[in-house]
Amino acid sequence: MTTTSKPNKFLIGGDSAHSAPSPTTPAHSDYVSRKKIYPKLARGTFRNVKWVVMAITLGIYYIVPWLRWNRGEGLPDQAILFDFANQRLLFGPIEIWAQEFYYVTGLLVLGALSLFLVTSIAGRMWCGYACPQTVWTDLMIAVERFWQGDRNAQLRLDGQGWTFEKIWKKTVTHLSWVLISLATGGALVFYFRDAPTLGVELLHGTAPVVAYVFLGLFALTTYLLGGLAREQVCIYMCPWPRIQGAMVDHDSLLISYRDLRGEPRAAHKKGTTWDDRGDCIDCRACVAVCPMGIDIRDGSQLECIQCALCIDACNEIMDRVERPRDLIAYTTIGNLSNATTAPREGWRIIRPRTILYTIMITLVASLMGWSLLNRADFELSVIQDRNPLFVVLSDGGVRNGYTVKIANKIEHTRQFKLRFSGVPGLQPKFVEFDGLDPTIEVGPSEVRAVKVFLLLPGDKKKDLTSDAEPVKIELDEVSNGHSTSRTTTFRSPS
Amino acid sequence: MSHHKKIDEVTGVETTGHVWDGDICELNKPLPKWWLYTFYACILWSIGYWIVYPAWPLVNSYTMGVLGFSQRTQVQNEIDEWKAGQAKYRTQIAELPLADIRKNEELFQFSIAGGAALFGENCAGCHGRGAQGGIGYPNLNDDDWLWGGNLDQIHETISYGIRNGNPKAHDTAMPHFGTDKILDNAQISDVANFVRSFAHLDVDAEAVKRGSQIYADNCAACHGEQGKGNQDMGAPNLTDAIWLYGSSQEAVMQSVRTGRGGIMPAWLERLDPVAVKMLTLFVYSLGGGQAEAASAPAATVPEKAQ
Repeated sequence: MTTTSKPNKFLIGGDSAHSAPSPTTPAHSDYVSRKKIYPKLARGTFRNVKWVVMAITLGIYYIVPWLRWNRGEGLPDQAILFDFANQRLLFGPIEIWAQEFYYVTGLLVLGALSLFLVTSIAGRMWCGYACPQTVWTDLMIAVERFWQGDRNAQLRLDGQGWTFEKIWKKTVTHLSWVLISLATGGALVFYFRDAPTLGVELLHGTAPVVAYVFLGLFALTTYLLGGLAREQVCIYMCPWPRIQGAMVDHDSLLISYRDLRGEPRAAHKKGTTWDDRGDCIDCRACVAVCPMGIDIRDGSQLECIQCALCIDACNEIMDRVERPRDLIAYTTIGNLSNATTAPREGWRIIRPRTILYTIMITLVASLMGWSLLNRADFELSVIQDRNPLFVVLSDGGVRNGYTVKIANKIEHTRQFKLRFSGVPGLQPKFVEFDGLDPTIEVGPSEVRAVKVFLLLPGDKKKDLTSDAEPVKIELDEVSNGHSTSRTTTFRSPS
Repeated sequence: MSHHKKIDEVTGVETTGHVWDGDICELNKPLPKWWLYTFYACILWSIGYWIVYPAWPLVNSYTMGVLGFSQRTQVQNEIDEWKAGQAKYRTQIAELPLADIRKNEELFQFSIAGGAALFGENCAGCHGRGAQGGIGYPNLNDDDWLWGGNLDQIHETISYGIRNGNPKAHDTAMPHFGTDKILDNAQISDVANFVRSFAHLDVDAEAVKRGSQIYADNCAACHGEQGKGNQDMGAPNLTDAIWLYGSSQEAVMQSVRTGRGGIMPAWLERLDPVAVKMLTLFVYSLGGGQAEAASAPAATVPEKAQ
């Protein structure tokens, strides 16, 4: 084993000391062609984990729109529904209105922070296992293998002319991709409209045009990105590879070729000594399985999505040559520079960076949870007339006008009453109701605007101490006395 | 910046040849070809736009595009659609009496919304955007009405207007006591003092005494002995806090001297009957609208002028 220390290879872009300059970057070229990748099927722990994750994530994606949630008569019973038509998002018992979109922002913030935390602990877990691009690409590759065989068979197929075999195999592959894409786009639109209804509409051709447009759009992008572009999306379109460089440190897990153990690499004949050489037999199994088409032995690279398939491939070989596993392993940068340590020896999960992310996640999550639990299911807002600010009446009294908006955020009709306080002698007058204290009915998920005038009779005007007195408007729910209030002003000529 | 081939020692990758600060180079990482083709595809797409949509300006016209699309037509279609959607409300408004529309929440809200738009287009010029009025232009928010504030009275006033030559318009006018030499300046001053005393404004007590008789002889016929006004004549209530032309001694004297008589168009001559009804309900909703049975300040029961 070599003991010479190497320059830090964990720069984005990698270290090509072991290999010739990448063939994807020939000299004097402004543009490069994509070099087709034929990833070989890996077998092992991580491949199995990836199959399971794929089943779970695709399962979630396809099943969720079909989950039901009973909200009562005449209301959507879809558990998760992005009800854009009515400007609301339904998550089980929670109904988020357009003006409460900050909850969605909060979810995205939580998602980002979780991504930071996971990355600082274990690298690009998201990219390797859960990203839709990875999952769908993996699915498309599996389908391609099903019809065209594994890596070598595909290489042979692409090497021959347009034979009948090649034509039918290519055709069914692409047809399968198109079907998967249609199913993907088809499932997506179910999130936006009652799934069983839309399903029937789609089949009968009676669904809204926008449903077909989005179905087509997402089918097209699935086919293009998952079927054709694949690793090009990660390398050229996605910002995450650029960001992740700032997320990992000496204690983050990275899938790495442990070169202190592997080098110098060379082919090995069974029965010969392992002394004075590395464990890498240069079989290129790790390269063959890589869906990104890179050589992990070049070090950590921007292209690497850390899918761990090279670990499976290498372990299989190590077992066969009877050397210890984990020549390629989840390890830390810290452990890479020490030949004697195990891959994850001294791996510190708890460190300032992860503590900080955890605190931030806890803060955001508890803030959101708190505000969600204390969220009023009705809202009051008051807009004071600005033109005119006040009206002088014939008895010398003053009148102000207000538009009171009552938002009923639940799915049945409710009754409310309004109270006014702050200026003695104020009398309410409603345009559309008779009497001083009408019961105001607000329908399900409705915002009702009520015009209210507040009158101060001429003989009470002398009690005013300023030309803008605070007035409190309280809204009480009739059935349970729940109350909310807003403070506005009562204006008069000075 | 030189441009000759150079290979970066650490990575073995060719550099772009650009050097900054003496030693900072940039690795040549070329774009993928599909990226370039996507760009070309976008150019083709934009050419497609030129063909199907209006694009190039010509001397007197422009290229129309094969779709014949026009934003004006689109807007017109949308307006027509909305109008068609409004038709059922408009039919009902045309047929129902104002009091019934007032009681029908949907129709009332529709009328207020439509009335607000009509008000902005037709009435705000004089009465102000918030109907707050001004000197000589009545505030429509308050509870003081020259010609009556119930639905039918407001409708009457909006329909035929005031002193505009329309045979059905409110047509009474105040005499020009000064300019027609009915009263002299001292008498005008005295009667102004008397009128202002109705509203408990600061006045000269002696002048009030002198003005009392002048008022009884010249003004009481229209404005009433108690100064409560008369909505049949459009004679304002002089006892309240609202003064259309101002409440100062000088302003009141000017009113007596030259008379006052604002003019308002007959809106039925310009708008359709449904629009006038919607305007009526809007003005009624501003806060001063009076119930059908509300007694006018004047002793006389308001009968329709026609």
